[in-house]
Amino acid sequence: MADHIHTSPEDEHDSAYSGLLVNDAHWAFGTATESIGFGEDPLAGVDTTIPEGVDAVTLSTYALMLGDDSLVMSHRIAEWTSNAPDLEDDIALSNIALDLLGQARLLLARAAKADESAVPPLPEGSPAPPEDALAFFREAHEFRNVRFAEVVNGDFAEATVRVLLFSVWRLATFEKLRESRDHVLSAVAAKGVKELAYHRDYAARWFVTLARGTDESRTRLITALDSLWPLWPELFDTHPVEAAAAEAGVGVDPASVREAAEAVLDQVFTAADVEPSQAPRRSGVLGKTGRDGMHGEPLSRMLAEMQSVARAHLRGQW
Amino acid sequence: MNRARRIAERVTDPELPMLSLADLGVLRDVEVVGSSHVVVDITPTYSGCPAMAAMRDDLVRELSGAGFDRVEVRVSLDPPWTTDWITPTGRAALAAAGISPPGPAPSTTGPIPLTLSPTARQVRCPQCGSPATELVSEFGSTACKAQYRCCDCLEPFDHVKEI
Repeated sequence: MADHIHTSPEDEHDSAYSGLLVNDAHWAFGTATESIGFGEDPLAGVDTTIPEGVDAVTLSTYALMLGDDSLVMSHRIAEWTSNAPDLEDDIALSNIALDLLGQARLLLARAAKADESAVPPLPEGSPAPPEDALAFFREAHEFRNVRFAEVVNGDFAEATVRVLLFSVWRLATFEKLRESRDHVLSAVAAKGVKELAYHRDYAARWFVTLARGTDESRTRLITALDSLWPLWPELFDTHPVEAAAAEAGVGVDPASVREAAEAVLDQVFTAADVEPSQAPRRSGVLGKTGRDGMHGEPLSRMLAEMQSVARAHLRGQW
Repeated sequence: MNRARRIAERVTDPELPMLSLADLGVLRDVEVVGSSHVVVDITPTYSGCPAMAAMRDDLVRELSGAGFDRVEVRVSLDPPWTTDWITPTGRAALAAAGISPPGPAPSTTGPIPLTLSPTARQVRCPQCGSPATELVSEFGSTACKAQYRCCDCLEPFDHVKEI
């Protein structure tokens, strides 16, 4: 059957594959060419002026933290593609990963635009845009995501709890980030809240369904909650960069959204008849956590896979 | 100026080819700067919508083909796109293609309340017109659509989600 992929000139017009075989140079980095367009800058036309009185490195690092959360979480959820229990949930999880990837792209592009020195150097002639350089050419210790985003996937109950906790927290953050003095961050947040509301409600409904389902589904859900709960408090720690970004009016102090996030979570727990987990907080390493670049081994393994194609094909061509 | 706008408005959404970018509400502005330089502003539907790159390429190709030497496609993130910007013509085109058009978008100012029951929508089957429809999944064939099923004619169909 594989022979059918190779089309003869006569039937090429009818082949669903023929379009894939044409012009796939630059596949990795999109198809726009500098000669006719303006490349692929996702922030082209957006006001990227740094607001008055805001330190560029603070703004860049803050955007990097949010962008890394979205990127790493997106990759973990994308690992569910073709592995979910049914087609609808496979598509739902893929959609959620895609939304987060879109948010990550804008946030990493913002980090790069605010402080170009944050972007790792690329090989001569590489067409990778700055947000891709940040995603694919940094080492694990340079990632600033919360550790919650990076833990290895479990079963579907674990995916439900993971998406619920992450999106409850992130939505509470983005609701406030809409007021950011930085035009890019406020725009990303205004758009992101609509997407995150779908993610949160999707996961919340599954949480209630699994909790009120069978003994097996309830046991798995509570096991998943206990496994992820130790990383929940870290989401509300205030890193000095977040404090400075909040002080400057461009960021949100995570501690300030804890009450709102936990109020939403309580609604879900009540509907599901589930008690909040008592699992103790996971401590940092020498007091350092994800925001400091201190991660577990799973992130290194995840990045090794995620970055392998970009690093093997430096010009994005093969 | 009008010519550039007409050409840009004709470009269609790659995932919803029955809809022009103007009817989808993603075409924000078309501006001719100098004799053959045109600047087009578009807005993404969803943050990660993979159709954006194709829209950009299509705009560049169509406008370049019409003689504009320099075509600049810019992204406007703010205010965020809402399905309320889909024009009446666009809604009719969606329905004619078997896709249920979106209802009014919910307000997204202030805290967004948790919804634990399926989103209540008045969705009619685009095939038989029956109001008896049920949600299959809030996430459909593309980021912007939910999956429904008609309880009368039993046809599955896509519904463009209100955002």
